[in-house]
Amino acid sequence: MEISPFIIFLAAIFTSNIVLTNFLGMCSFLSVSREIESSLGLGLAVFFVLTFTTAINFVVYHYLLIPLNLIYLQYIIFIIIIAAFVQLTELVIERFSPVLYYSLGIFLPLITVNCAILGVSLFMIIRNYSFIQSVLYGAGSGLGWLLAILALAGIRSRVKYKYVPAGLQGAGLSLIITGIMALAFIGFSGIVVIQ
Amino acid sequence: MACEIIQTVFIISVITGFLALLLVIAEALFVNYGECRIKINGKKELVVQGGGSLLSTLNDNKIFLASACGGRGSCGFCKCTISSGAGPLLPTEKPFLSEKEISDGVRLSCQVKVKQDLSIKIPEEIFNIRKFRAEVAKITDLTYDIKELTLKLVEPGTISFKAGQYVQLESPAYEKSRQSVQRAYSISSNPYQDDMIQLIIRRVPEGICTTYVFDYLKEGDKINFTGPFGDFFIRETEADMLFIAGGSGKAPIKSMIEFLDKIGSRRRMVYLFGARSTKDLYYTELFREYEKKLTNFSYVPVLSQPSEECEWKGRCGYIPPFIPEFLRDPVNTEAYLCGSPGMIDAVKKALLELGVPDNKIYFDSFA
Repeated sequence: MEISPFIIFLAAIFTSNIVLTNFLGMCSFLSVSREIESSLGLGLAVFFVLTFTTAINFVVYHYLLIPLNLIYLQYIIFIIIIAAFVQLTELVIERFSPVLYYSLGIFLPLITVNCAILGVSLFMIIRNYSFIQSVLYGAGSGLGWLLAILALAGIRSRVKYKYVPAGLQGAGLSLIITGIMALAFIGFSGIVVIQ
Repeated sequence: MACEIIQTVFIISVITGFLALLLVIAEALFVNYGECRIKINGKKELVVQGGGSLLSTLNDNKIFLASACGGRGSCGFCKCTISSGAGPLLPTEKPFLSEKEISDGVRLSCQVKVKQDLSIKIPEEIFNIRKFRAEVAKITDLTYDIKELTLKLVEPGTISFKAGQYVQLESPAYEKSRQSVQRAYSISSNPYQDDMIQLIIRRVPEGICTTYVFDYLKEGDKINFTGPFGDFFIRETEADMLFIAGGSGKAPIKSMIEFLDKIGSRRRMVYLFGARSTKDLYYTELFREYEKKLTNFSYVPVLSQPSEECEWKGRCGYIPPFIPEFLRDPVNTEAYLCGSPGMIDAVKKALLELGVPDNKIYFDSFA
């Protein structure tokens, strides 16, 4: 695996967007995309948490779990680390930026269960990424998630004023929009693909 | 195999323990604000442990700001002016504050955390707010769905309030509700009787507090309340007064009229009371008596759905069309409204159209 970290970064944003190609992190993607403002806040928080937990998980995996022959514990350890990191982030944000803290509200602790974050950590292991590759993959996926939720929020803020058939209101239409967005993003896949 | 399980448990415990320790250290570093001083109105000073919300910190120190939602930031009652140390305005507060309030430094005390020394301003009346324990002296049926509750104060023994203010009655945990809840009710007795209060309570179907009062509370029982709260009280001017109330909205108006009678007011007063039908009318004799006692007071019930059998000789319909009849000098009239939000909106609109100034319309809405 000798893909340039920068290529991985770009691919994670566009062609292999974590939410639009792997359909990870869908729950908050659908529920917080009603307003652009809150989706931007959540997207930034996901980006931040994703980048740092990927780095921490890389170190823990390669320097703790492999030497101790504990690879089978990776899921539970990754989840614990993500949860602890989100808690820590919450404490820091509350202390230094109460405004951001209150605008994120319940979504900040909910990042813990955003499966995109665990997904990125697991992909980095399956794909045998180096440290730099992993961190850029994490950052790229975070930005990709941010981009996708902003796009969906933008579309939904316009759909709000349009007539939508009863059966399609809410999550139904959002899923269709997401599907079409996924098609559009896959259109970039001629440039580069990471598996 | 057994060895592997023990090893797994051990490793996970070590890692989790380490992370927990890290979080505890972080919490001690970031969330501990130490002792803070709260200066109130430039006079009183409290030394408190930082970290909690201003509302709960003040409550712990027996200063009760009004709060109906219990600090969740959804009622907007717990406003207070903070001149220093509050930190930036939060998005959770904005919807409750006007531009002027924001520039004056008004904040929701339940959203402000005590992180450093604070200097705040609260109305002097707040110091009168206490938690009271009272004995139910009498429960009277006023109509089929409205009861009058007479509470004799036990601890503390007297209360000081302004006619028109309300208290928050606390229903304890009982069969229908596992939590104790607080609900606001206006005081219907007058401030001269300071060893008791009376409340007028209309049954709310499925209401936690009203069900408790209607079905469980008996004479001789003890009950708690906090108060008095509210800025719905008589302004001391010579202007004409127009009272408009509906349903159980009679309580604060009754308190006001009794008070005006005690001080021998000669102001011109009209009281329009809206009800559905004759069976919703109560205290009619009492107000007819005040018509005789007070020099310039008239009581006008208006029924929206008078039943056919009884021949109602009074006015029928909704209140707004009857207002002009009793309005002598709109610019020089104070209106005191009490009732449902819908009624208040309709009446307020009518009053504004008739030329009553916005700043002379006072209301207490049962939101």
